[in-house]
Amino acid sequence: MSSPKQAAAVETKFIGGHRACAGCGFPIAIKEVLSSCKDPVVVVSATGCMEVTSTIFPYSAWKVPFLHNAFENAAATCSGVEGAYQSLKKQGKIDKNIKFVAFGGDGGTYDIGLQSLSGAMERGHDMLYVCNNNEAYMNTGVQRSSATPRGANTTTAPAGKVINGKQQNAKDLTEIMVAHNLPYVAQATVGMFPDATKKFEKAFSITGPKFVNIYAPCVPGWGYDTSQTVKLSKLVVDTCMWPVYEVENGKYKINYKPAVKLPVTEYLKTQVRFKALMKDEAAIAIIQAHTDSKWARLLLMEEATNKV
Amino acid sequence: MEKIIVARTGNEAMAEAMRQINPDVCAAYPITPATEIMQIFAGFVNDGKVKTNLITVESEHSAMSACIGSAASGARTMTATSSQGLALMHEILFIASGIRLPIVMADVNRALSAPINIHCDHSDTMAERDSGWIQIFSENTQEAYDSMLQANRIAEHKDVITPVMVTTDGFIISHGMERLEMYPDAEVQKFVGEYKGPYNVLDVDHPITVGSIVLTDYYFEYKKAQREAMKAAKRVILEVGKEFGKTFGREYGLIETYKCDDADYIMIAMGSTAGTAKAAIEELRKEGIKAGLLKIRVFRPFPAEEIAAVLAKAKAVAVLDRAESMSNQAGPVATEVKAGLFDAGVKVPLASYIYGLGGREIFLEDLKNVYRELKNIAEGKSKPEQAKYIGLKE
Repeated sequence: MSSPKQAAAVETKFIGGHRACAGCGFPIAIKEVLSSCKDPVVVVSATGCMEVTSTIFPYSAWKVPFLHNAFENAAATCSGVEGAYQSLKKQGKIDKNIKFVAFGGDGGTYDIGLQSLSGAMERGHDMLYVCNNNEAYMNTGVQRSSATPRGANTTTAPAGKVINGKQQNAKDLTEIMVAHNLPYVAQATVGMFPDATKKFEKAFSITGPKFVNIYAPCVPGWGYDTSQTVKLSKLVVDTCMWPVYEVENGKYKINYKPAVKLPVTEYLKTQVRFKALMKDEAAIAIIQAHTDSKWARLLLMEEATNKV
Repeated sequence: MEKIIVARTGNEAMAEAMRQINPDVCAAYPITPATEIMQIFAGFVNDGKVKTNLITVESEHSAMSACIGSAASGARTMTATSSQGLALMHEILFIASGIRLPIVMADVNRALSAPINIHCDHSDTMAERDSGWIQIFSENTQEAYDSMLQANRIAEHKDVITPVMVTTDGFIISHGMERLEMYPDAEVQKFVGEYKGPYNVLDVDHPITVGSIVLTDYYFEYKKAQREAMKAAKRVILEVGKEFGKTFGREYGLIETYKCDDADYIMIAMGSTAGTAKAAIEELRKEGIKAGLLKIRVFRPFPAEEIAAVLAKAKAVAVLDRAESMSNQAGPVATEVKAGLFDAGVKVPLASYIYGLGGREIFLEDLKNVYRELKNIAEGKSKPEQAKYIGLKE
């Protein structure tokens, strides 16, 4: 576990000069991941904002080996890298301990890359998959994804005169990954630095397939001031819309339980993407009920799995 | 050198070649009629006959994706597929060649859906002709085995560094049992050599970025570099084919000519049909028809100049395509042959044929009729037709 201050003292492996927007969430996630690994790490990335803003040829923001293949196959690609490592290590051609991490956005992970992710996790590769979840296809211009929350305005589910934004709840990918019976699954948020780094450190210490879903705000996609990224990514946890928790060998642990559970409107009102939603009380009630029921279920899961 | 004479199907021969090459990693997904290759190979893995890490992925898309991850990590990497599987890899094939990874793939030619069909034609492989992969066709099991043993040398050559697919004809070769001359493991391994990849993301002390976004300022140059590699591949394929001949007794080139020296009528074919054509030529020669065959072994890079040089003296030429390109013109092979002839300034009457789609049989008599049609064309009794279907039910 480290604070942002402590992490700042570690040699940075994702350097400045990348072209991510001011206030972007994912560079914080990358810093949290890379500062949590003591061994050398190889990064594989899906196509997305992270890849296109950090590797504009002939420049690169990466001081670790970095491999990008396509949009939907970061997990499969990483499984090939790890597979090569296992083979070469067994043959005595490599003696170093190397860790492998694959990054994908919610598009490359929840949607187009879900099969690739599921396959790689099922096969048990020794790798960590990190989903930089900004809740829409931001690289192509804010289209809805299955991670987009209900009521959000996106370019393919716009707040129209008849239909007001996305009409479905976000898919619960973290639970889908729990169902893969992985040794470690966690949900984190970029704004809670010590919690996130603790999770990544733990993930890197465990052999086998690991998955972390990290909430990473997007300034232009969500519509908020660049200074509010960290604040927003804490606020979402205080509403229980994005609980931070981990599931280690099937046992749930909620890492932060808000002393005062804030109403979802406290979060929704901070972003332009929910502007039209704010006039729709019925929709907000659905979101509140969904949030409450998910939170109640999570509390029960924690209780139940720790009894076993 | 000692040769081991065995009876093997095409799939068994390719699996044996892979056993002898002993790659570091294979990532594959089953598909008829290529399934057996990886099935047999999985047996070699689990019996400890190879050092390979076999990654049994959940799709062909992931197979090629994992192959890219592996090949970028300094590991000799191979796979096998066919038809829909190759089509599912389509997107990633271009990435493998674009980021210059010397992956070798066994590809069993099979018709593409729809309608779904499991039998041989070349539509799957032809659909990937612009993917930047070297494409080698096999006439029989022996050639499939021999070409597999040459493929790594070609792919990994410093002037090439381009992936290679070696194809067989589905069921006709893949499942047809033939006499196969195998070579001792040690000799094969000596010929194939140690793997040294073009770059390695596992070299953590020298971190590199692979798969960058390359925009208007450099993308064009990337493609030209690939083109130069394809150009070099022609030379390297010949060099490797020659060395293979010296080592194992069978030399390979870009094309093979059969009785073309004095031929009036030359047929161009690829894959197993070349064998049938040779038999047809034998019979026609007895009738006094000077028939010859030009077999294209390497379709990518396309040996345009070599083909034009052979056809220059012919009175009429037939090109057989086992794939449709739905262009209302000739099939893909004939179209490329014509372009090559045009560039070389060779003008010869040329008839093009489509045959064998979805595994439709091609008989000796069919091919003999093609030569007879060429004779009529040369004698001015008929005009060359384009994309004429052979053996179609009327």
